[in-house]
Amino acid sequence: MNMIQAINSAMDVMMDRDPSVIVMGEDVGYFGGVFRATAGLQAKYGKTRVFDTPITECGIIGVAIGMGAYGLRPVPEIQFADYIYPALDQLVSEAARLRYRSAGQFTAPLTVRSPFGGGIFGGQTHSQSPEGIFTHVSGVKTVIPSTPYDAKGLLIAAIEDNDPVIFFEPKRIYNGPFNGHWDRPAENWSKHPGGEVPEGYYRIDLGKAAIVRPGEALTILAYGTMVHVVQATVEELGIDAEIIDLRTLVPLDIETIEESVRKTGRCMVVHEATRTSGFGAELASLVQERCFYHLEAPVERVTGFDTPYPHSLEWAYFPGPVRIGQALKKILKD
Amino acid sequence: MTADAVRPNLPPLSLHVPEPRFRPGDAVDFADVEVPPAGAQPRPDTAAEAASFHELAYTLVRVLDEEGRAVGPWNPKLDPDTLRKMLRDMALVRAFDERMFRAQRQGKTSFYMKCTGEEAVAIAAAHALASDDMCFPSYRQQGLLITRGYSLVQMMNQIYSNKGDDLQGKQLPIMYSSREKGFFSISGNLATQYPQAVGWAMASAAKGDTRIAATWCGEGSTAEGDFHSAMTFATVYKAPVILNVVNNQWAISSFSGFAGAEATTFAARALGYGIAGLRIDGNDALAVYAATQWAAERARTNQGPTLIEHFTYRAEGHSTSDDPSQYRSAGEPTAWPLGDPIARLKQHLIALGEWDEERHAEQDRELAEMVKAAQKEAEKNGILGHGLHQPLDSLFDGVFEEMPWHLKEQQQMMIAEEEASGRPWARKK
Ligand SMILES: Cc1ncc(C[n+]2csc(CCOP(=O)(O)OP(=O)(O)O)c2C)c(N)n1
Repeated sequence: MNMIQAINSAMDVMMDRDPSVIVMGEDVGYFGGVFRATAGLQAKYGKTRVFDTPITECGIIGVAIGMGAYGLRPVPEIQFADYIYPALDQLVSEAARLRYRSAGQFTAPLTVRSPFGGGIFGGQTHSQSPEGIFTHVSGVKTVIPSTPYDAKGLLIAAIEDNDPVIFFEPKRIYNGPFNGHWDRPAENWSKHPGGEVPEGYYRIDLGKAAIVRPGEALTILAYGTMVHVVQATVEELGIDAEIIDLRTLVPLDIETIEESVRKTGRCMVVHEATRTSGFGAELASLVQERCFYHLEAPVERVTGFDTPYPHSLEWAYFPGPVRIGQALKKILKD
Repeated sequence: MTADAVRPNLPPLSLHVPEPRFRPGDAVDFADVEVPPAGAQPRPDTAAEAASFHELAYTLVRVLDEEGRAVGPWNPKLDPDTLRKMLRDMALVRAFDERMFRAQRQGKTSFYMKCTGEEAVAIAAAHALASDDMCFPSYRQQGLLITRGYSLVQMMNQIYSNKGDDLQGKQLPIMYSSREKGFFSISGNLATQYPQAVGWAMASAAKGDTRIAATWCGEGSTAEGDFHSAMTFATVYKAPVILNVVNNQWAISSFSGFAGAEATTFAARALGYGIAGLRIDGNDALAVYAATQWAAERARTNQGPTLIEHFTYRAEGHSTSDDPSQYRSAGEPTAWPLGDPIARLKQHLIALGEWDEERHAEQDRELAEMVKAAQKEAEKNGILGHGLHQPLDSLFDGVFEEMPWHLKEQQQMMIAEEEASGRPWARKK
C-alpha cells in the first residue's frame, strides 16, 4: 500500500469497529478528499458519518470539539497544514485545554489529519511544516508517520486516543519514499518494507520511536520525509549513524533518544520546518540537559531556513543530502 | 451513549447533509434555477437604506435578455467602444487561460487556474471601477490585471517563476501582485483578503481620500471567519468597499450547498449586517458593470459597503490539480441556464449592429497570436523547470526589510552548500 491507502485503511478499520468514529472536512465526502485519503468511505459508511464541510477550518475544529463532547470521535481533515492557522484558536485554546479546565468532565477526542511539508512545488501555502506550533501547546499530541505501515498503526492509535491528536501526513512521501534527490526518478512504496501494510486492525502506540538504522558514529533524530532523506544520505556517505524516527513528537520517546545518544556521544536533529524555535531546538535542548557529559560535539540542527517557503527555489530551501552531509562532516570532525 | 439517550416517546432527530442535484452520469436539468426576466428589477437610489434591499438580495438582476438586448433600469447604457473593449478583454483572458493551462500540462510550470465562464465578473467590474481603486482579489480575477493593461509577459513570467518574475519566484503561479495596477498580492489562504480590503477602505475614508476598495471571494470561502469579520467592520464603519462573492456553484468538489446555498442566497448575507446586497447575473457583463458602478457610487458618497453576489458557473476544473468529472455531471457546464458571458456580450454587440461574427473570429485569431507571442517572449526568461532562474541568494530577500544575523548566517550556509554540491545555480550580481 502507499501511504494514502494506508491512511484510508486506518479510517476504514476504525469506522467499522467503532460507530462513534466520523470523518469530516473540505471535499472528503463524495469526492474522497483532494489527496483521495477518504475515498470510498462515504459510500461505505453513509453521509452522516463521512461528510463535506463548509470551508471554515475554525468551524471544522470547533464543531468537531462539540461532536467530541457529545461522545463521537471525529477525524477532521484540514486540507493542507498551511490552512490550520484559521483553526488555531479552537485547537490551542479549546481542544487542548478542555480536559484540564473541566477537570475531565469534557474531553476532545479528535484526530486532526493534515498533509504537510514541502517538496511538491506547492509554494508558500501548500508546503509548510507547522508541527512546532503544536508541540509548544500543552494538551495536544503531535504524530508524524514516515511509512505507510506506521501511518496506519499510528492513525489507529490516534483515533483510539482520548486526547486531541494532530496527525501530520508528509505529503511528499504519500506515493513513495523520497531520498532528497529531486532530480532522480521517484521510487514507490512497493519496494520498501514500510509499504507492507496488513488489511486489518493493528496499532502502534503513541510515544514510541523507531530505530530505523542502528549505528555507532552518531544519533540522528528525524521524522516524516526527513527519515528517508537522512537514511539515503547516511548510506551514500557510508556513515555508521543510528537513525531514530521519532514518530510522535508529543509524547516523545525520550528513553530511546537518551539511550542512543549516551551510546554514540553525538546527536544531530533534522527537520523541514524553519529553524528558529522549531522542534529541533527542543530536541537539542533535551539532549543537552540529559546527555551533556556523554556528548563529544555540540548537537547539530539541520532544518529549513527561516524564510517563507519559496516556490522557485524550493530545492535550495529543502534540507537535502548536501546540507545533511555538511552537518555530518562538522559533527564527526573530532 | 447515543442509543441510551433515545426516548421512545419522541421522534429521533436526523442530520441533514446537503447533496448536489447532479453527480457524474446524471442527466442535467436546471429548469428549477430561477432566472427572472432581464430588466425586471428596480434600481434603487444609491443612498437607499440597506434594509430596502431585501428583494434585490434574493432575485437576480439581469440586463441582457435572451435576444441580447439591454433592458430595464440597470442598463448602464455603455457606448459601443466600451462594450467592444470589454468583449476583447474577456476574449483575451480566455485565450490567456487556454495557453497557460496547456503550458502547465506541458510541464512548464507547476500550477494554473482558469476563470472560464466567469470572465465578466472581473472584467466588467474593472471597467466600472476607477483605475486607481484598490482591488483585493481572489485567484480567479486575472481579468482585473488584463483590463488594467498589465503586461501579459509579466503575468507569464510570474507563472513560470522565471528570471523576469516581478515576484522573484517567491509565489505560487497566478498569485500575482501589482501595487502599480491596484492589485493586492493574492494569498493562497482563502478569504484573508476580505477584511484587508475593508481595512484599506477604512484607511482611505479616514484620510479623506476619494479611492474605494473592492474585494472578491468564492461562495465557498464565505464560510471562513474572515468573511464575517470583514462584514462586521464594513458595516460598523460604513467602509467604502465593494464585497464581491463569486458564486460559481462549486468550491473544489463541494457544491454551494456546503456554503449555505440551500437555505438562502449569498447576497442575503448582507442583510443581517445592514449592508446593501445585490444578487446579479454574473454571466451578464452589463449587469456586473451596472451593479459595480452602482456600488461604487454608493461607496464614493459615503453610503457604505455593498455586497454583490455574482451568480455564475465554474465551467472548468477548479485548477490544474482537479478533475471535475469525478464529482459533477459532465452535462452541467453546457446546461447552465445563464449561458456564456462572452457569447452573450458578443450577441449584444451584434444586435446593436456594432460587431459581427467575422470580426469576432478575426479578433480571436489576433488574440491567440498575441498570447502566443507573449509566451515566446516570457519563455526566453525560462520556464519553471528545476527552479534555477532566480539567483540563489535571493531566497533570503524580503523576509525583513533588513536581514538579521540569523538569516545572514543561514544564507552563508546555503552558499557553502551550493559550493560543496557544484550545482550550477545562479547568484546575484
Ligand atoms: C484557508 C484555506 N482553506 C482551504 C483551502 C483549499 N482550497 C483552495 S480553493 C478551495 C475552494 C474554494 O472555493 P470557492 O471559494 O467557492 O472559490 P472558487 O474556487 O469556486 O472560485 C479550497 C477549499 C485554502 N486555499 N485556504
